[in-house]
Amino acid sequence: MTQMTQISRDDTSWQSLPKAPSGIRGLDDITGGGLPRGRPTLVCGSAGCGKTLLAMEFLVRGVREYGEPGVFFAFEETAHELAQNVRSLGFDLEEMEAAGQISVEHIHIERSEIEEAGEFDLEGLFIRLGLAIDTIGAKRVVLDTLETLFAGFDNEAVLRSELRRLFRWLKDRGVTAVITAERGDGKLTRQGLEEYVSDCVILLDHRVNDQMSTRRLRVVKYRGTAHGTNEYPFLIDAHGFSVLPLTSLGLDHPASTERVSTGIERLDGMLQGGVYRGSSVLLSGTAGTGKSSISAHMAAAACRRGERALYYSFEESTAQILRNMRSIGLELAPMVERGLLAIVSSRPTLHGLEMHLATMHKHITELDPKLVVVDPISNFITSGTASEAHAMLLRLVDFLKAREITAVFVSLVSGGGVMEATDQGISSLIDTWILLRDIELGGERNRGLHVLKSRGTAHSNQVREFLLTSKGVELRDVYVGPDGVLTGSMRLAQEARERAASLARQQQIASKQRELDRKRAALDAQLAAMRAEFAAEEHELELLIAAEVDADQRLVADRTTMARSRKADAAKEGGT
Amino acid sequence: MSTEHDNPAGAAAEGEIWELRLYVAGQTPKSLKAVENLQRMCEEHLPGRYKIEVVDLLKNPRLAKEDEIVAIPTLIRKLPDPIRRVIGDLSNVEKALVGLQLRPTTKVP
Repeated sequence: MTQMTQISRDDTSWQSLPKAPSGIRGLDDITGGGLPRGRPTLVCGSAGCGKTLLAMEFLVRGVREYGEPGVFFAFEETAHELAQNVRSLGFDLEEMEAAGQISVEHIHIERSEIEEAGEFDLEGLFIRLGLAIDTIGAKRVVLDTLETLFAGFDNEAVLRSELRRLFRWLKDRGVTAVITAERGDGKLTRQGLEEYVSDCVILLDHRVNDQMSTRRLRVVKYRGTAHGTNEYPFLIDAHGFSVLPLTSLGLDHPASTERVSTGIERLDGMLQGGVYRGSSVLLSGTAGTGKSSISAHMAAAACRRGERALYYSFEESTAQILRNMRSIGLELAPMVERGLLAIVSSRPTLHGLEMHLATMHKHITELDPKLVVVDPISNFITSGTASEAHAMLLRLVDFLKAREITAVFVSLVSGGGVMEATDQGISSLIDTWILLRDIELGGERNRGLHVLKSRGTAHSNQVREFLLTSKGVELRDVYVGPDGVLTGSMRLAQEARERAASLARQQQIASKQRELDRKRAALDAQLAAMRAEFAAEEHELELLIAAEVDADQRLVADRTTMARSRKADAAKEGGT
Repeated sequence: MSTEHDNPAGAAAEGEIWELRLYVAGQTPKSLKAVENLQRMCEEHLPGRYKIEVVDLLKNPRLAKEDEIVAIPTLIRKLPDPIRRVIGDLSNVEKALVGLQLRPTTKVP
């Protein structure tokens, strides 16, 4: 898929030079479509770096995938030896030979059996090659290892002019040829064959760093083609050759808007419904914070959607993961049985980083999962330097993104360091970063989770406490109150305390209410009494007033009576 | 020049017929020269007891594979045993004689 998009993207630029796809994974990517069609390509490298295999695979894939018959001229090994060597890769040379698709011919040259007496040429080789090509209508030719000729003949001048003629002749025949040669001191090849093959030169290398061996391939020269110039790691395994051209990819990943569930409801809620399909998720945290459990949930969620998931475990064996996840209520075994979940357990130190990457590359290509978990990436540091590990993860992220595979990386952060930093420095590659941390409080440790970043998502800023229960992972709100953030039993205790306090308050309110009522009642009673008292007094006073008024009137009446009796001129007196 | 009793192979092959096969590719100057040189050499060293077969690989290309021919011209001594091979146009007579074991390698002419 990657290959196809790559080729089609740059389609126009390849038009100038026709190519013969090698069919070797990755090689066609970095060469922009394959080896130059109808021209010779030189493959050089030191002993044991895979030259013969590359050449053989080129031929076999040519037959199988492109229907191009091929001729293999072996100068070092016999046809039988070759057939045996490549049988382990699933190439049945004898069957292909019988079907007339491949012709393997051993060129036997034994120095001690040959005496040179005068001028000669290599016409015999040409005749044999021509016959072999014509017999099966070959489009591809391999000469492995042509330099053996130099050990077989004394007359170097003749050899050189014959080789020049041979390459010319191959071009004239229009066959796509691969010529292998041994690496020389300070030169690409021991005999300087690169002088004759000027179209395409591929260098294979095999080096050991810190007891880890890495094979690398580099396209030294490719006339008329823009090609990747880097050293690309490659590997040889049970399925042949694969080159890893991952760094050559640009940043043109598709960006899905579909969200996929993490399998943990509350976490989905924090992320507005899950993570984007094809995005990269980093789960980082100190030991025992539940990183693997969350990643297992994510893998299980993918399986429940009917998608395939691939789980790389570099710390635990498959059985151990199954058992441990069962203890938190996550049954992975049925998913494994149904072929939805593949768990690959291996030690990170088993291979070099490149080999790991290549193996992953291959698994992913074969299985075509929708979600890949790498648990943990921190262990890769042990099988390479930090910068190598970083480069490898970059490639892996690129590769997964290009295929729209959701990637879940687990990173173990060593305690004491800054939580927001990863040892691998890959945070910039990560779309969603979920941080898991220990919260130690009140004599116990609890797990906290928060989303540090999530590109393209208005994610929650809350810290959640997360619990591993027998029914899986559960997220809870942490207690955030005047006394700070509380978790675990502290949270429970605080919640209980709060409940008690609230109850007490309610009781207090009720009692105050009652007191008020009582007071109001008392007041009312008092008012009534006062009113009654007042009424009594009022009555008494009224009686008194009435008596006084009565007495006063009586006095006036008495006075009038007296005046009348004294015959005083009351009117006069009264008038002044 | 050489005498046959000096040559163990030659001595053992006293009276024996030498079977020689020369592989060429077309009538090139080199192949014509090789045929010529071979005949002269045989006349000189194996008079009357040699048999030369010239194989043109352009006419019989299959023989190139069967007899494992790479260089042209190639001369093969089929008999007497063991098989010996000499390549080139045989202009270097000394080397050709050594190659065919018509002369001991140690002997300097």
